[in-house]
Amino acid sequence: MAERVEFWQGNEAILEGALAAGARFYAGYPITPSSEIAELASWRLPAVGGVYLQMEDEIASMAALVGASLAGARAFTATSGPGFSLMQENLGLAIALEVPCVVVDIQRSGPSTGLATRPAQADLMQARWGTHGDHPAVVLAPATVQDCYDLTMRAFELADMLRQPVILLGDEVIAHARERVVLPGSPPACAGRPEPACPPEQYRPYAGGPDGVAPLARFGSRYVFHVSSSMHDETGFPNAQPENAARVIARLHEKIARHAADLELYRTYHAEGARYLVVAYGAAARAARAAVEEARAAGLPAGLFVPLVLWPFPARALARAAADAREVLVAEMSYGQLALEVERILHRDVAGINRYDGEMLTPEEVLAGLERVLTPCP
Amino acid sequence: MPVAEVRPYLVTRNLPHFWCPGCGNGVVLSAVARAFARLGLDRTQTVVVTGIGCFGRADDYLNVNAVHGTHGRALAIATGIKAVNPSLRVVALMGDGDCATIGGNHFLHACRRNLTITAVVSNNLNYGMTGGQYSGTTPAGSTTSTSPLGHAEEGFDLCRVAAAAGAMYVARATVYHVHLLDRYLETALTHQGFSMVEVMSSCPVYFGRYNRLGGPVEMMEHWRKVAVPLEKYWELPAEDREGKVAIGVFQDRPGIPFEERYRKVQEAARGARAGEVTER
Ligand code: SF4
Repeated sequence: MAERVEFWQGNEAILEGALAAGARFYAGYPITPSSEIAELASWRLPAVGGVYLQMEDEIASMAALVGASLAGARAFTATSGPGFSLMQENLGLAIALEVPCVVVDIQRSGPSTGLATRPAQADLMQARWGTHGDHPAVVLAPATVQDCYDLTMRAFELADMLRQPVILLGDEVIAHARERVVLPGSPPACAGRPEPACPPEQYRPYAGGPDGVAPLARFGSRYVFHVSSSMHDETGFPNAQPENAARVIARLHEKIARHAADLELYRTYHAEGARYLVVAYGAAARAARAAVEEARAAGLPAGLFVPLVLWPFPARALARAAADAREVLVAEMSYGQLALEVERILHRDVAGINRYDGEMLTPEEVLAGLERVLTPCP
Repeated sequence: MPVAEVRPYLVTRNLPHFWCPGCGNGVVLSAVARAFARLGLDRTQTVVVTGIGCFGRADDYLNVNAVHGTHGRALAIATGIKAVNPSLRVVALMGDGDCATIGGNHFLHACRRNLTITAVVSNNLNYGMTGGQYSGTTPAGSTTSTSPLGHAEEGFDLCRVAAAAGAMYVARATVYHVHLLDRYLETALTHQGFSMVEVMSSCPVYFGRYNRLGGPVEMMEHWRKVAVPLEKYWELPAEDREGKVAIGVFQDRPGIPFEERYRKVQEAARGARAGEVTER
């Protein structure tokens, strides 16, 4: 099959990426600016034998995703900040049960209803720390419509590989922008999630292998198994022993850490030797890129680092990109959430270029931010 | 029914169960296990989903596929399971906290959505696990640890709520009326569409003690005394219904379950965009 070129909206590319990855179940609750994903899923999924369910709320949606995944389906949902907040409870359930699924959060302005439907990038920390307890998070962030397609597919792959919910953290600008998307000629084969091969009576759903991940059987297969939101041992049945709890929590984190190399994903522009490094993701990365190109044209040694995986953050790559930087600037559509992470990794202060009024960050503003560090205020 | 036939459906290594002596949950659990055995359910094709609370622990003792989920969300989890694999038999075991209170919204919509899921609700009229606080079914005037001066709210009549919300099969028994319970469970588990069996259960440790209903034996007696067959219940003068509990079948109607309706949606969607979809 020949390569195909489409002109898609970000949300459309996310849905198509999910279908290409073999997603067959969607449960959600409509919310702008993610609704196009639900609308498209409602007829595209049944057409491939899948199921679209509009649930009574986001709590139920996330719970249904967990059930569907246990029954063997590649499952996903899409929401926006307020809905993402409601999903946190059962996102924790998915983490505890180690059930793969994909949650798309198209960020919008907040807190609460905020400037409903206006762009923002302020769910970064919610994506990392939203659900209670010690837990790892895997979060991908598209910066182009092509990314929406590619990273959605990658999200399903990672979810299966890690037995972990994966979050795709988009934003209103990328979700509603229309751009060229190139589809590979032959769709990459999906490996699907590894299933157990042992005799049924030997199956232990939480006996992590060398990489900390145990194969997950499907309800309805020859394996009869038990999963519990309570602290459980390798059998899946509750076990409240402190040693067991410590082992389980450590394994949840370590299985992500062990796959660190698979999880590193970022882009750089003129970062080599850059004296002024801008860090930005999603919509802000688009403005930052235009600004950095302009700064370069004007002879300013500026560069850009764009993380495509936000959690775990590509820390070593960022440290390399920032090695020669006199100043690091973090451009984001929030009061400063990404800046916290960048400061933590680089152990240095950064300059913030922030917009949090429900409007998109512009290249001019990023450029102004660069000029500001060149000529510090008296 | 011989014990040997029920045993395969029990996780015997987890027994005896952790419930307090005299708790009604054991009665409900054994009725569920007996129903599984009588119907000869294939354990690989059966999934039990529970929420949180005393009866939320029921899955620990059932040797079928099981999910112990989050508080109130058993039906939402069950919905995802059944929707992607309609050939599975899916049973949600909940207490009144799970079903009628924190999960009330999911319950209403599960009744309306009408997937073939069986909900078994062990209703002890309070939150046992957290220390006997009031729930969505606690009757007005009752004493609980958070209504020490008498409960100011009315409790739900869960069966009437389920019937009004569109459930296909709705029945209520008590832990005293075990034969009735057996019959209702068997019908519910073989019914097309959403079914619910509510069992009035004894919590001698909290609800019974706070409301001076006596010990386990007296509580059983209590259920025998207050239970009135549904048909008789409505014939009683209103003042005599006070404190009584109607038992019986509240709803039993045929209907098209969600699975079947959705198959039609899938066929329509295939027909409409077959070309475009298969290409991708
Ligand atoms: S607290 Fe009440 S409902 Fe819970 S196990 Fe004890 S008697 Fe049963």
